[in-house]
Amino acid sequence: MIAELGHFATILALVMAALAATVPHIGIAKGDSRLMAVADNAAIGQFLMALIAFGALMYSYLISDFSVYAVAANSHSAKPLLYKIAGVWGNHEGSLMLWVLMLSLFGAALSTKGGKLPARFRTRVIAIQSALVFGFLLFTLFTSNPFLRLDPAPIEGNGLNPLLQDPGLMFHPPMLYLGYVGLSVAFSFAVAALIEGEVTPLWARWVRPWTLIAWVFLTGGIALGSWWAYYELGWGGWWFWDPAENASFMPWLVATALLHSAIVVEKRDALKSWTILLSIVAFSFSLLGTFLVRSGVITSVHAFANDPERGVFILAFLALVIGGSLALYAWRAPRLTPGGLFGMVSRESALVLNNVLLSTFAGVVLVGTLYPLVLEAANAGQISVGAPFFNYAAAVLMSPLIIALGFGPLLAWKRGRLPKAATTLLPAALVAIVVAIAIYWQAAGGVIMTAFGLGLAVWLLGSVLLEVADRTQLLKKPSGFVRRVRSLPRATWGMTLAHAGVAVLLFGITISDTWTVEELLVMQPGDEKQVGDYTFRFEGVAPVAGPNYTSVAGYFTVFEDGEELTRLMPEDRLYTDPVMNTTEAAIYPLVSGDLYAVIGEAAGGGRWSVRLYFKPFVSGLWLGSIMMMIGGLLSLSDRRLRIGAPRKQAAAPRVEV
Amino acid sequence: MAGLRTRKKQRLTVMILAVAALAVAAFLIVFAGRQSGSFNLFLQPSEVLQRNVPTGQRFRLGGLVAAGSLVRQDDGLTYSFSVTDCAADIKVHYKGIMPSLFREGQGVVTEGALDGNGEFLAETVLAKHDENYAPPGTMPKNEEACAHPEALTQGAMGR
Repeated sequence: MIAELGHFATILALVMAALAATVPHIGIAKGDSRLMAVADNAAIGQFLMALIAFGALMYSYLISDFSVYAVAANSHSAKPLLYKIAGVWGNHEGSLMLWVLMLSLFGAALSTKGGKLPARFRTRVIAIQSALVFGFLLFTLFTSNPFLRLDPAPIEGNGLNPLLQDPGLMFHPPMLYLGYVGLSVAFSFAVAALIEGEVTPLWARWVRPWTLIAWVFLTGGIALGSWWAYYELGWGGWWFWDPAENASFMPWLVATALLHSAIVVEKRDALKSWTILLSIVAFSFSLLGTFLVRSGVITSVHAFANDPERGVFILAFLALVIGGSLALYAWRAPRLTPGGLFGMVSRESALVLNNVLLSTFAGVVLVGTLYPLVLEAANAGQISVGAPFFNYAAAVLMSPLIIALGFGPLLAWKRGRLPKAATTLLPAALVAIVVAIAIYWQAAGGVIMTAFGLGLAVWLLGSVLLEVADRTQLLKKPSGFVRRVRSLPRATWGMTLAHAGVAVLLFGITISDTWTVEELLVMQPGDEKQVGDYTFRFEGVAPVAGPNYTSVAGYFTVFEDGEELTRLMPEDRLYTDPVMNTTEAAIYPLVSGDLYAVIGEAAGGGRWSVRLYFKPFVSGLWLGSIMMMIGGLLSLSDRRLRIGAPRKQAAAPRVEV
Repeated sequence: MAGLRTRKKQRLTVMILAVAALAVAAFLIVFAGRQSGSFNLFLQPSEVLQRNVPTGQRFRLGGLVAAGSLVRQDDGLTYSFSVTDCAADIKVHYKGIMPSLFREGQGVVTEGALDGNGEFLAETVLAKHDENYAPPGTMPKNEEACAHPEALTQGAMGR
């Protein structure tokens, strides 16, 4: 009954989306404000219906109603409550419902929070957003309906992939989806602007908060996924340039570029056409990522569907949305009036450089991700593109970006002065060079990338601090410093924190990559092993019974200078439904680095194979990501964005007769 | 640094920049592709023999773990086993922790390079990690060559 309610709500949402996607355009054409108002109401209706449907699905999971197809296929009565909830989106059908829920949530938010937008424009945006909802609902209902009933109902469900039974993964998909789907708003704004044939600085001011929200969630989602890989896969790595990772990284790169180019539109009324294109491309990458990951083209933990019908549908949808919007762009973009001019050395130019480098990187990652697929489709053999390819591209493209990042915020709009910025940044450059040379010399060659990476990180952190000092005139007039610091707008703090986050991230990457100590050995109970400055003592193994698994746990005591520091208990779990093994690494985070232990298998004679690591400053990765997210949120809370458009504009909707 | 005083000039600069970015991207793809380990072929044993893959070139080797071939050395960490596609076998050596669901007769993907004796030194071993999922590309391409494929599934090592 509850499942049928959800099914019915899904169909109602589809009908409302169909109405909201078409009627408002007619209303605008006819100048009929009643028809236009359909958009607002249907947007809220879609969201409520999607919420009911999602709630019904979740309820079916909670009560383990195995007569519902999706529940039987992915849940199990013995599963802990937490994973019954997470199980809702831990599969293809449920993740689509989540996607629809988010998409309609953004539509409803546009309708309730978008009151300051001109009515006509808002109506267009919501109509386009609803068209996207319609596409996804159609896909859900026709190829991946979670509410289908099974008769007879199985007694027990198939269970959830144990790799996904993890607290980190509870929030990874919803956050990533909020990011992916959040980019749909920028997309809808861009298409609406193309239809209306006008992009104004005000447009950028509306788009930016939505893009910021999406970017913050995307950053969080990617960081959570990386964290999960770090402790769950037990390989000690946190990024593998796996196609599924790349699929989320490409939209992130483009969204980052979009955030920066929208500033230029807002402040200087330039780069309009490019920003529109970025909005379209960012969401296209989200769709492409979903297609790659969910259609089974790439086999991984993420691939739920291996159904060709679904693949064809997503591909068609992809072609329609991306092809259609790019065609619209080609047709309408030349009409956009070109905006302000700027000099070769200026804030605008620095942001253009940022955009060029980020987009190029996204392009290279795209080639590296799709190349094996194209080759295989052409029957030219199977290859895999390895990490060296992407690492090389990252080093070549991101290094100039980080160097330029120091200068950007110090350059004035329109025409900046490079010598002045260079003088301000000289201390940072000197310290960075000294650090790089010292590390290179200390390690007697061979680690040129480490020296370079640390030099860049020091440069970035130094230049961010110097920029704040310069902005608040710390050195010139120290007296009013505190007052001036407090009066800085939040957007400036957001930028500073996010840029500093990049520096911390870079520290984390370089230090943990270079100075990780890894030991692979067999140990007998009582054996000790020195790993870096720490001594691991193996105490033995014991079986452990979990709610839906049994495991072999290894016990380690870690000593620092003879003092007991902590105990670690890595596990090797065997889940029963479905039958599967997972490795649970044990991690003890310290400021200086992580102690990391993995238990292998019995090696005969009472010995066990183990892997022990000391990973210095790996926390920089998570800290840096969190700083970037907080930076984004701070910027979002800036007064300028909350106020939005001047009142007058909102009061006089441009309804043409 | 004359600045970009006219719209035409600005447009020209942007065009040049875009072309330059594309050129850089193209060069980068070629140069990054030359880095060792960038593009790894995925081969089954008989393809490895056909192609005469040179010693030391990294590639991925996929196939089934031949029944009865798994041996663990006394150090408890070094393993050797044969990967087969029923037409040819290649002996693989690996030092590390085996994936828990590694079994004889099942699909496996390893990455590494051949040594001087035509044996494969693996740096990573990926086995299937649940009952329903087999790594792609590990089923022999000429399945008829497997005289008794069911025999392959026996002799699992067990834990």
